[in-house]
Amino acid sequence: MYRKEKGALPTRMPATVEREKELIARIIAGETNLFHELIRPYERMVYLSILTMLRNDQEAEDAAQEVMISAFRHLKGFRGEAKFSTWLVTIAVNEARRRLRKAKTAQMESLDETKEDREGDFTPAVLTDWREIPSVVLEKKEMRQKLRDAVEQLPPIYREVLVLRDLEELNQQETASALGINVTLVKVRLHRARMMLQKMLAPYLRATAPARKGFFGRMFQ
Amino acid sequence: MTLECKHVWEHISEYLDRQLDPKLLMDIERHLENCEVCSAILDSTRNILVLTADERTYELPLGYSERLHARLEKVIREQEQSENGPA
Repeated sequence: MYRKEKGALPTRMPATVEREKELIARIIAGETNLFHELIRPYERMVYLSILTMLRNDQEAEDAAQEVMISAFRHLKGFRGEAKFSTWLVTIAVNEARRRLRKAKTAQMESLDETKEDREGDFTPAVLTDWREIPSVVLEKKEMRQKLRDAVEQLPPIYREVLVLRDLEELNQQETASALGINVTLVKVRLHRARMMLQKMLAPYLRATAPARKGFFGRMFQ
Repeated sequence: MTLECKHVWEHISEYLDRQLDPKLLMDIERHLENCEVCSAILDSTRNILVLTADERTYELPLGYSERLHARLEKVIREQEQSENGPA
């Protein structure tokens, strides 16, 4: 009996759709100042989606501003068929891809579907003495950097799916829609991305984990 | 049905997302109860994803929000002026 009983990955509360619809209608009707309120819950999501694709703080901030400006200018075109957050993240993904192409980074890391989409073996890091790493370890700058580095090292087609699904918590359909791929591909790429992260990070985290149990160990529980 | 570890690894992501069909879920649960390696892989994957998604892992640059809204405000004002015409 090795496995602790735990639920699925945690999720955040969804934004209130009705309030958003109302805000959008009022902005289109002329109360443009409400746009600040509309986008406030998504500032982080837009920045993060772009940052993880571009891997450059300054460019990500500039691109995030452009995305929000574009959303403001095209808000009348938002039909409400998708959630506002999905619409926004689609603009963000497109802006990041556009910049990648412009920088010719795309030549080195193709965003196109590649042979990586074929079935293949993704062997995780095999551990037998894994113990839970408490979130207090994130107080250490070095630990946060290590996690970000691992995400950065993922090939772009896996990274973008992981970010939208596990960091932004979009569902499969929303992720597929934002990336312009089908749901099956989202599932395949997400699985591989997660396994790659596990392989990169599990041995490192285990090596830096606080001592197991005991008096001091319990302080981390 | 007895599953091999490799077969369990192929379904870790679906397991975390609760997307397995009931029969396979049962087989995997049974395997996990007796396999230290697969349990450790599952727990480490889940834990790594929780840590990666933690807001402290990715922090917004200082002043990001202020700069964003200042730039937006400028765009909003410009649009208002162009719609209303010269004063």
